[in-house]
Amino acid sequence: MSKRVIIEPVTRVEGHGKVSILLDENNKVTQARFHIVEFRGFERFIQGRPYWEMPVVVQRLCGICPVSHHLAAAKAMDVIVGADKLTPTAEKMRRLMHYGQTLQSHALHFFHLCSPDLLFGFDADVQIRNVIGVALKHKDLAVQGVMLRKYGQEIIKATAGKKIHGTGAIPGGINKNLSTNERDVFLKDIKQMLVWARGALKVAKDYTVENLEMVKPFGSFDSNHLSLVRSDGAMDLYHGNLRAIDAEGNKIFDQVDYSKYLDYIAEEVKSWSYMKFPFIKSLGPEKGWYRVGPLARVNTCDFIDTPEAEEARKEFMAVTDNKPNNITMAYHWARMIEVLHSVEKINELLNDPDLQGNDLVVKGERRNEGIGLLEAPRGTLFHHYKVNDDDQVTMANLIVSTTNNNIPMNRAVQKVAADHISGAPEITEGLLNHIEVAIRAYDPCLSCATHAMGKMPLKVTLFDYQGNEIETKTKE
Amino acid sequence: MTDNQKILLIGFGNPARADDGLGPSVAEKIEAQNLPNVTVDSDYQLTVEDSAQVAEYDIVIFADASQNCAEPFSFEPLNDRQEGSFSSHSVEPAQVMTLAEKLFGSKAKAFMLGIRGYEFDQFGASLSEKAKTNMEKAIDFIVDLIKTKNFNKEAACF
Repeated sequence: MSKRVIIEPVTRVEGHGKVSILLDENNKVTQARFHIVEFRGFERFIQGRPYWEMPVVVQRLCGICPVSHHLAAAKAMDVIVGADKLTPTAEKMRRLMHYGQTLQSHALHFFHLCSPDLLFGFDADVQIRNVIGVALKHKDLAVQGVMLRKYGQEIIKATAGKKIHGTGAIPGGINKNLSTNERDVFLKDIKQMLVWARGALKVAKDYTVENLEMVKPFGSFDSNHLSLVRSDGAMDLYHGNLRAIDAEGNKIFDQVDYSKYLDYIAEEVKSWSYMKFPFIKSLGPEKGWYRVGPLARVNTCDFIDTPEAEEARKEFMAVTDNKPNNITMAYHWARMIEVLHSVEKINELLNDPDLQGNDLVVKGERRNEGIGLLEAPRGTLFHHYKVNDDDQVTMANLIVSTTNNNIPMNRAVQKVAADHISGAPEITEGLLNHIEVAIRAYDPCLSCATHAMGKMPLKVTLFDYQGNEIETKTKE
Repeated sequence: MTDNQKILLIGFGNPARADDGLGPSVAEKIEAQNLPNVTVDSDYQLTVEDSAQVAEYDIVIFADASQNCAEPFSFEPLNDRQEGSFSSHSVEPAQVMTLAEKLFGSKAKAFMLGIRGYEFDQFGASLSEKAKTNMEKAIDFIVDLIKTKNFNKEAACF
């Protein structure tokens, strides 16, 4: 008799998702899926709104990485207002905001959502395996996580006007510069942030290297990778052209102007999830799916343009003989490389007098279609709008980072289920947490991918092959 | 309470979801009064770094919309610290205070101001009329409390 195991909702990720695992009579996994169960519909209800509202309105998608939506929408609106090249002050203020966002988002994810699994083990008592447990046993680490996050949030506040849902970026530029007083406050603490970022990177690296035998196969699989890269191949989180590589590092496409993304990327719909399934058109839906986010970015770029992060990238790539790293748990290490990179970039920008400039906005010939992409903390974020002559948005298409990682997260769930759940005499909380650990590596934002605010108790239900409920376990 | 004790009021909620914006609205109105020794903050949700901020204060008041407290508002000490796991990026007031205590040695006294709201399911930046009335009463109460510094009174629903 087959059984169905449901993990709903998945915990320590943002939003509401569930996992279903179908077992046969010998407890062998026959199917495993990661479902997104809430509906977004955001693209529809912004239709009819004036275009200049978009950088502010789209942030309502998410309270976690609103800056990514703010900036992606602003970049699309730059195109609408004909601002083909921003002033140095505007571009650097936006970049500072974005690196602050990446820093705070990655710090929160690593220290407070993932570190319990890494520090205590996937099977550890759930009463200890949480951030309070980290605070009690690894206080310094927890404090550093809070303070790195706080620093990033303060950068956002200074550049966007508010920590959450700011208004700094406007079509064609930015509405404020950074005062010398604000700059000096951040410069005072930047060395400490560098020390903590190096420390966080060491924790992630040491964990991966010391546990390589275990993490190498854990939820891992070969995949394509996609990200923006700068014209010289450098990692660039704010702007660039699209590059996709396969699992061996061969380029599928490179330096593609992202305004032509529809020629290269398509989306498939499946009946069992509200989240769509993007793929590379030339490879088709079966082979064209790809990963985005820190792991993909470190794999796709030729180099990182800050010295310490570049050294860290070289160490990272050496683990897989300079071929793309396809280890799912290596997302954590890659994410901490980006934390260090973000702090280095913030330091670089704070020392740039362009931030105190007063030339904030440019405009040009008005257009009716705008596309803006950037590398959000969780991966490549696509914003695409059409605007009529009355300045109203008539079409919006958003491909958010987590949507890009939809198939990879499903693959990770299938791999962990097959490796760890199959044949297990009893489905324990620890075993189910293995599934969640694999999903959490991607730092999915399901609210963002579907636009629904959600709390996440964990509900696990066992069904027989006829759909009859055998057992339900719930944890808050 | 001594005269120089520092007070922090954090109003949280989503102003784009009708009465869920009660917390930020309270924060805005209290801030406009420029009360001495009172700092006001406002956010969509509470997050872990709020623990570092609250640790700098003696008294912390969390203001949030409530779907089920008695009308017009409730005010009670936040005595229970949260030991359980976090399931999301946002955290509850008790979890913020737990982190403040464990990580930063905070001894702050915390209170929860719940203002009864009625409309949460629709989008819109306006509060319902009944929620506005409740909010005005809650603000009068909080301002009086801050001025009299009588934070030792029992939990109350007014």
